[in-house]
Amino acid sequence: MSNTSYQAVITRKPEIIKKATNIDYAAFESGEIGFDYERMMSQVAYSLNKIRQIQQETGVGNTPLLELKNITALARQLAGPGKGARIFIKDEACNPSGSFKARRASVSVYHAKQHGYKGVVAATSGNFGAAIASQAAMRGLKSIIVQEVFDSRGIGQPEILEKGRACEAYGAEVIQMTVGPELFYQFLLVLEQTGYFNASLYTPFSICGIETLGTEIAEQTLLATGRKPDAVVVTHAGGGNVTGTARGLQRAGCESSQIVAASVDLKGLHMASDIDFNRKSFTTGHTGFGMPFATSPDRADVPRNAARPLRYMDRYVTITQGEVFYVTEMLAMLEGLERGPAGNTSLTAAFVMAQHMERDEVIVVQETEYTGAGKHPSPQLSFAKKNGIEVRRGNPIENVPGKAIIIPEHPGQINIKDINLGRVRQSYLRNALGSVGTGALHPQDIEFLAAETRLEAAIVEKKVRELQANL
Amino acid sequence: MSQAQKGDWVQIYQVILPVGERAPQVPAETAGVPLEMWVKGFLEEEQAQVGTDVTIRSLAGRLLQGQLVAIKPDYEVNYGFPQPELLTIGVELRAILEGNGNV
Repeated sequence: MSNTSYQAVITRKPEIIKKATNIDYAAFESGEIGFDYERMMSQVAYSLNKIRQIQQETGVGNTPLLELKNITALARQLAGPGKGARIFIKDEACNPSGSFKARRASVSVYHAKQHGYKGVVAATSGNFGAAIASQAAMRGLKSIIVQEVFDSRGIGQPEILEKGRACEAYGAEVIQMTVGPELFYQFLLVLEQTGYFNASLYTPFSICGIETLGTEIAEQTLLATGRKPDAVVVTHAGGGNVTGTARGLQRAGCESSQIVAASVDLKGLHMASDIDFNRKSFTTGHTGFGMPFATSPDRADVPRNAARPLRYMDRYVTITQGEVFYVTEMLAMLEGLERGPAGNTSLTAAFVMAQHMERDEVIVVQETEYTGAGKHPSPQLSFAKKNGIEVRRGNPIENVPGKAIIIPEHPGQINIKDINLGRVRQSYLRNALGSVGTGALHPQDIEFLAAETRLEAAIVEKKVRELQANL
Repeated sequence: MSQAQKGDWVQIYQVILPVGERAPQVPAETAGVPLEMWVKGFLEEEQAQVGTDVTIRSLAGRLLQGQLVAIKPDYEVNYGFPQPELLTIGVELRAILEGNGNV
């Protein structure tokens, strides 16, 4: 039996991951850091028609696009004359496991089954676990979900506890862990011991599964309004949602639709901190994932991440936890849709953006998620109060992540904060150069960095020179 | 009830990494506590007391070992308390929509 110590397992990571994903990532790498992302997507991922067929087999996708007429009317009351775009929402809660993650899971589980794997493993505390377990149940595979759930007091986030329950409801073995990035060690051990498929959130299979969300939005928006969406707002965490949706929209001819990434602002909270862990109410869709995955995507459980959000986002905005809880109430009370709070991150941003757009324009919120015990504003705010977080009505500008959740007193107080994408790109370049140091870059490295940052090659070269001069 | 029977739905516990063996990049408060794990499954032994080492068969069919910590563990999740900070939002928004609110 092989050595199962932390160091030994981490050292075996490349071979374990290779066996568990069956993708030769090195075939797409060149130069020092160069990586031919588009070639990987075209060679490894499935075609759009095939994805549609795979998803149809397990009842995934084709979710309704709903017009939020009352929320649009409210936004128009707050907006200036002639302003107030029509707001639509893609009701992804209608997927078999209650979120758009069923799209991601569907292709991975299909692929695993086709290649003779007996089961699938995923490291996730979110909706993806339930999606994998649900898809695996449909296709007769085993599933194991590794979750970060508890702090050292054994206290768990209600939202994550609910997701663990859902995974078990679909027949998954759920491994519940305390806080820490070493969850990845346990994940590798499980992959090695079982020989199951790594149903990572970040393989080409996972990302291509989301592309149908983009194509459906394009088709349904055109049908409902006679125009392409002017803006599509996407809740942003690990980057897959932004990447897959944008790729799908592009495939459907919506190159000019603005892609807006939206995250809950959790600035100042450390994601690997045993203390900070239970001081947040949102376990995904927040800047704790959104920023690091935008500025350094290859931090995932596969060597090269197929989610590359910086290539696709035209704008990146943040909102606060209290604002999302408020808008979650708004959606239930004005539109009769009780949906989980995390998925409403993008709705919150869209409500503000719509007020600055023309009345004949269309803004699409690209997901909802299921709600339930634990995964609902009231248990989450009950939990926040129990953990010493101040919760009150007030002006959201008084919000302090980990200390105070401010529920707006009026919808006019809801606001978005723009993140400077120029700075995000600069951080990306700094991180990308981390492994190269002052070494010379090859033309394919520059080409790669230009595609990653959407900057001209000459500008990338100049920025690289400046960054290397400061090393 | 502190004694489980074969086939009971139970929960086991293991310390995965003790203090001192945590990954170097974790913050101090995390490095100061062990990395722990819980898994649920069906008890393999004929009988076992809470606190003893046992084997379970997980929902994926794997045999796993650990300390028995709970028998028929509670899911804990609920809807919490009604939140006064949220309860009036619907009424306020309706009033604005109907022209009776403060825009």
